Formats: sequence, C-alpha cells, structure tokens
Amino acid sequence: MGSFREFLRNNVRQYAMLIALLCIMLFFQVATEGVLLVPMNVTNLVLQNAYVFILAIGMTLTILTGGNIDLSVGSIVAFVGALAGTFVITMKMSVGAGIALSLLAGLGIGVWQAFWIAYVRLPSFIVTLAGQLVFRGLTVFMLKGLTIGPFPESFQMISSGFVPDLIGGEESELNLLALAAGAAVAALYILAQLRQRVYRRRNGYESTPVPIFAGGLVLVTGVIALASYWLASYRGLPIIFIIIGALIVAYSFFTSRTVPGRYLYAMGGNEKAAQLSGINTNKVLFFAYVNMGVMAAVAGIAVSSRLNASSPLAGQNFELDAIAACFIGGASATGGIGTIVGAIIGALVMGVLNNGMSIMGIGSDIQMVVKGLVLLAAVAFDVLSKRKAR
Amino acid sequence: MDDTILEMRNITKLFPGVRALNDVTFSVRRGEIHALVGENGAGKSTLMNVLGGVYPHGTYSGQLVFEGAECSFREIHDCERKGIVIIHQELALIPYLSIGENIFLGNERSGGGVIDWDETHRDAARLLELVGLKEGTRTLVKDISVGKQQLVEIAKALGKNVKLLVLDEPTASLNEDDSEHLLRLLVDLKAKGMTSILISHKLNEIVEVADTITIIRDGATIETLCKGRDEIDEDRIIKGMVGRELVDRFPKRTPRIGEVAFEVRDWTAYNPLNPERKAVNGVGIKVRKGEVVGLAGLMGAGRTELAMSIFGRSYGLNVSGQAFKDGRPIELKGIRQTIDQGISYATEDRKTAGLNLIGDIRENITIAALAKVARSSVIDRDREAGVAEEYRAKLNIKSTSIRQKTGNLSGGNQQKVVLSKWIFTAPDVLILDEPTRGIDVGAKYEIYTIINKLADEGKSVIFISSELPEVLGVCDRIYVMNEGRIVGEFERGEATQEGIMKCIMQSVGEGGNGKL
Repeated sequence: MGSFREFLRNNVRQYAMLIALLCIMLFFQVATEGVLLVPMNVTNLVLQNAYVFILAIGMTLTILTGGNIDLSVGSIVAFVGALAGTFVITMKMSVGAGIALSLLAGLGIGVWQAFWIAYVRLPSFIVTLAGQLVFRGLTVFMLKGLTIGPFPESFQMISSGFVPDLIGGEESELNLLALAAGAAVAALYILAQLRQRVYRRRNGYESTPVPIFAGGLVLVTGVIALASYWLASYRGLPIIFIIIGALIVAYSFFTSRTVPGRYLYAMGGNEKAAQLSGINTNKVLFFAYVNMGVMAAVAGIAVSSRLNASSPLAGQNFELDAIAACFIGGASATGGIGTIVGAIIGALVMGVLNNGMSIMGIGSDIQMVVKGLVLLAAVAFDVLSKRKAR
Repeated sequence: MDDTILEMRNITKLFPGVRALNDVTFSVRRGEIHALVGENGAGKSTLMNVLGGVYPHGTYSGQLVFEGAECSFREIHDCERKGIVIIHQELALIPYLSIGENIFLGNERSGGGVIDWDETHRDAARLLELVGLKEGTRTLVKDISVGKQQLVEIAKALGKNVKLLVLDEPTASLNEDDSEHLLRLLVDLKAKGMTSILISHKLNEIVEVADTITIIRDGATIETLCKGRDEIDEDRIIKGMVGRELVDRFPKRTPRIGEVAFEVRDWTAYNPLNPERKAVNGVGIKVRKGEVVGLAGLMGAGRTELAMSIFGRSYGLNVSGQAFKDGRPIELKGIRQTIDQGISYATEDRKTAGLNLIGDIRENITIAALAKVARSSVIDRDREAGVAEEYRAKLNIKSTSIRQKTGNLSGGNQQKVVLSKWIFTAPDVLILDEPTRGIDVGAKYEIYTIINKLADEGKSVIFISSELPEVLGVCDRIYVMNEGRIVGEFERGEATQEGIMKCIMQSVGEGGNGKL
C-alpha cells in the first residue's frame, strides 16, 4: 500500500494534464450536446490537427536541448508545400518522387538552420526568426503569390484518405479493419508489458505494484478499444492517423529508451556537465534541428495534401501551436524536461478547445483568448506545483 | 562587560516532516566575532534565515531580541533597517554593474529619486578604503576576483550602517591570501566595534579569529565555547559537531603501489582568455597503480587547468605534450576518447559542471557510460536502475530512491553521485578536483574511504585539493604546483604544511621551467 501511494505521488504531475484533457473533453461533450465525441467529429479532430502533432514531436526535441524553440516551422510548412506543388503539379513529377524531394528539401533546410545554431552557436530564436522570414519570402516568390492546385488523387489521400476495409468490405456497417488494427495494437501492448514484467521478475528488478499494472493495462486497452470503435463506426482508419501513430511510437521510444535520446535530456539539464561526461552537445543540438526540418517537411506535405493546394499563406502561426502544445504538455522552458506523449496531450488540449468552441459557434477571436489563457494557466500550474514540491 | 546585542531564545522552526530547529538559544555579545559551526544540514542556515527575515515572524516560534528590543521581521528589508546584514555564500552582486553601483544597490545615494553619481562614487571609494580594496569604483564587478567581490559585499554592508554582520562561508572560494585578508578585516572591524557572526567549515580560521564558538548539531545548540574560558582547538570543535571523538580524520590505508600507470611529460596549455600566457607550463607528472597522488597549490596555481587540459583538452589553447598510459604513448584528443582510454575527471564545481540537477540520481550515474547499460543504443532501463541501486548502496548516497532529483540532495550526497558516475566509467586513472569542497566532516570521511578503496583496487587517483591537511592525510605522494608549473614533490613521510607552503612561496615569480 505504501508503494502504491508513493507511485501515485511520483506520477501525479505526469497525469495532471491528462486529467485536465479529460475534463476539457467532458465539458465540451456536455456543452456541444454530445457532438464532440461523435465518430465523425473525432476523426475530423485528428485530421484537422495532424500538423500540430507532427510539429510538436519535432519541437519537443529542440526544447529538450535547452528551451530552444523553432519559429520557422510555419514558413517551412508553406515552403515545402509550395515545393511539392511545383514538383507534382507544375512539373508533373510522380507523387512518390515529389514527396521524396520535398522531404529532402526539409532535411536541407534543417541542416542549414542547425549549422548556424549548433556550430556557430547563434541563438536559436534569431536563426529561426530569420528562417521564418526567408522561407515565407521564398514561398511567395516561388508561387508568385498564387495558390496552385489541385493535387493528384493519390497525393490527397495522405491527409484525407482511409485505409480500405480489406476484411469487412465496402458494405460492412463497422469498419472491421480498424477494429482488427485496434485489437492488434492492444494485444501487442499487453504482450510487451507482460514480457517486461517477466524480465524484471526474473532479474530481480523492481516492478510496478500489481493494482497499478493491471489498472494501467485496462485503461490503455480501453482507450485503444474506444478509439478503434470510433474510427470503425465512421470511415475507418485514416492514413494520416497511421503516420502520426508511428511517429509518436518511434519518437517516444527514441527519447525515453535510447542513448541519443538520453543525451537530449542531459544537455538540457546541464550542458557543461553533459560535455564533461563525453557528450558532443553540438552534435546533439545539430541533430535536433535537422530533425525539426524534416518534421516540418512532413507537416508541409500533410497540410498541402489536406488543402489540396499549395498556398503562399499556408502554415501561418503553426509554430505557435506546436510550441504551446509542448509547454502545455509539461516541457520546461529551460530544457531537460518534457515528453513526446506530453506534447501530444498538449496538442490534443489545443485541438479539443478549437474544435469544441467551433462547434459551439464561438468566434475565432474568443477562441484565441481562451487558448492563450489555457497556455498561461497550464504553465503556471506546472511552475507552481514544482515550487511547492520543493 | 556583558553587553548582549542579539539574543535568539527558544527558536523552533518546523518544516513539513522535519524539525529543522529545536529550541535553539543563541546569544551574541557586542563587539565580538562569534562563529557558528555545525555539519551541513545541522541548521545553521535555517537559524540565519530566521534572523534575516527570510522566514517571517510567525512561521517559527521563539523570541528574537536585537539591542534589547524584541523584533518581528516580516521581510529581509526589516532586518537590514535594524542594522543586521547577512552576506550569503552565493554573492548577490550584479556582474555587469560597477563596484560603486553595486555597493549602493537598493540603498542609492539619491535626491528626489534621481541618483547622485558623484556622491555614489565618492562614498563608495571611502568604503573601499575601509575594507582595503584597491580598485576603481567604476570597475565592473565581473572583472574582479571572487576574493575582491567578497570585499565589495562587505563594503556594501558597511554602506548600510551595519551593526551586526553575518558572513556565510565567506572564504569557501577564496585562496589563502584573500582568506587571510578577509579575516584580518573582520578583526579590524571588530576593533572598531563591529559585531560579526561567522559561519565556516574551515575550523582553522575559526580557531584563529573567533571569540566565541557556538556549535549546532541536528537543529539544536550543543555548546558554546569562549576563548580564554574553554580550551579551543579543531579536534575539540569537531567532537562537538559530530557528537563523537573523531579518532582519525583520515581513514588508514596500507598502500600497495605498482607500476607507473599514467604519465604526462612537458605538458603545456595556454590560457584561452589570454593566449600569450601559459596556464600550464611544461608539467611532468606520473601516477602509479594503487597510488593516490596529490596536487597541492594555491587557488589559480593551474591545477584545475592541468587536469582539464589532460581530460580531452577540455581546457586551454594549443595543448601540447606527451601522455603515456602503462608505458605506451596515447592521444587524448576529445573527452569521449579520454574516458574510453580509462582516464576520468570529476570536476571541481559539482553544481555547474558535475551534475544535471534536474535529473535524478539514476540518470546522473550512468550518463558518462551509457553504453554499458545499453544494447545497440537502446537503454536497458532495468539494468540501469540496478547499477544506480548498486552505487547508491555502495557509496551510501542518502536519498529517498534512485529517482530523487540530485538538486534536492545535500552537498556530500551530490558529491557521492558525481563519484559514482566516474567510478562507473571504470577508469584506471581518476582525477578528483576538490572532491570535498563545501561538504561536512562526516561526508568527507566517507569520500576519503571511497578514495582508499579505489586505490586498494589498484586504480590510480590524482587528488586536487586546496586544504593542505587533507592532501597530507590522503596522499601517498604530493606534487606542489604554482603559476602553472610543478615546483616541488614530496613523499608521504616527508611532507609538512610548512614545507609545502615554503615551496610555493620560494617559487613565486621564478618563471622558466619547473625544476625542483
């Protein structure tokens, strides 16, 4: 029982934002008279906010290195979108080649900015502010101020397509493939958890108390079941959902379980101590910004696919959404603290707020005010709870 | 004459779950230097925070009587208005402001809200003369040494018409010269009627200047010793602090010394801020297996610079010289490469360069050798936790669990985490830079024990310390460094404090190559 209470105390802050998210969802579920959690709306919520999830993942990495943010991602999104449009629509390249070249461009942009930040050691704020201007300018220049479209259907599929229901067929009421995928994910999760438990038992390592362990399994399985049911009762599994899911899993694993991931935290915690522990912090910082460039390119492709056009105005203020998501999700403004899952929860908070208020017919002016106050409240809560814990 | 300036009666201060001060009574006579000693965590700082109004009246119980009147300070300002100034260990100066501006910060020479700069600098110059600091009042604080900054702090206090001056570890980061100057200044001020409270771990200083010594242990006053009435010496004070007779401050070890494990020859590094100057000048040292070698010297002698330039050239420009490990020449190009060759270095400043204070014990212990708990770059978190638990037990790191943040540990336990981190890299040669600075007597003893154990395992330890008794007590052989050169070498039996100091003094300004 003692260990149970200790476990709760150690993890309560981690779950605070999750609880806040559930409260916000509950509030809007009531306020919108049940529209929020209608299967169609849940699917739309994910599709609409795809770019925030992708950018927040990249931003978490840069923030971890020492509170470094990237102000240029919105412009990179537009620029990569313009490139994709030019390649695929104007130059009539194949969709595959267009996407590959666009991602490569994102990598190049990442290397360019990362060079100035990590090796010349200019402040990231300045370098990415410059990037914001440069890439927005290049976008308008390349598109001559015009929107180009439409994209071929296969390109549109990325953001608005669904995986065809190979099991149930077109006629099926529920999308059986989505249900099967959900079941598979849940099974994999349970299997991995059990294997870890056995391993710990065998090697005499401490493992979580049984009620927590079982409760955790039930909760996660429940959420997966609910999510797959929602998806199944609308149109099935969105393609972008699979992309985001894969990115979340991959980057969560990277940050929490790998050596280079740990270096991000070590650098943000105390750069000098990290250097003197044999870590090349320039390389760590360089990697974080190159990665951010690539993630911005992924978001750029997703956004232009959803818009079905390359617009010189795409991606405006996207950087702010991503930064806010990270901080709402518990990242520290000085680095060294933060998780991918936290940032995703932060992005969901923003997404639900957007979506819920839109359904309620609240204007975008008030929406901005509310989102701003939520960001302030979330960070204030975090700072104050840490002060108390001391 | 029994004129009491300050009396703290029956002070009790509770923190959640801890009785930090338990019925402490503490009184200070006018015009004396009163030393307050105790191990880290004994309650000295808490008591001074009660005095200074950091913990406002009402958050503790007991009475605080200053100059015969009972005081109830609500904030720091209340207490300064009465003439009590506390100078904390971390100096409260603004680096990019001038000395004059700093002295009158919060106490500006002004008329109608407009600062009178002429008066500021004139008064500042007067105060600087009083404390014996020869610097212009327009010099920026960042450009003067820590020792001088300490004097500026005292000048700042004098500018506030201070009646009771409290100094918390004023000499912790000063070299011997500056320490001596500061202590002499305290004695001078005493002659002019100033009362001061001195908190220090350096017992020799206390024995030298204090009139009265109050010893605190576990939140309670143990005893008060008066010069002239009681016999005062270091062993007597230590006995009071730790509550037992410390038979030996240094654990015994029978050295089993083997082959030369590591050697540098003609090692030179230039000062990066002043590329003309050699910070390390043609140094040759060697250390054998199972040997603890000391590097003695004053602050700024170039010991840290030597260690860091060896440790993957983490200090210095144009580092040159040859390094040999087990008789074979090796390259020490980067920090990673140096660690991989079995040479590790624990930094002198654990807070700014040794630890990730927002990270937990586990992360800090493994960070320099993560590959040992990872398979193809994926960390085995269970194995990592096992390693951390092992070191927590082995080095007796007092903590709630391996998940505790290192920022919440006491200095001694933080230092044990730093040592764990470097021992986990499995070094053959371990360089320890001031490993016992700012930690209490009990924790020091534990650190010495760890060093002995390493030597018994056949590792080579290079031990850098500014406290000579410690160097003499721990090391098998001692190099003396001054002005970037090795100026002397002593075997265990023949080394004395006087001999080492003489060696340093004779070498001043000699220049040239470091011959014995």
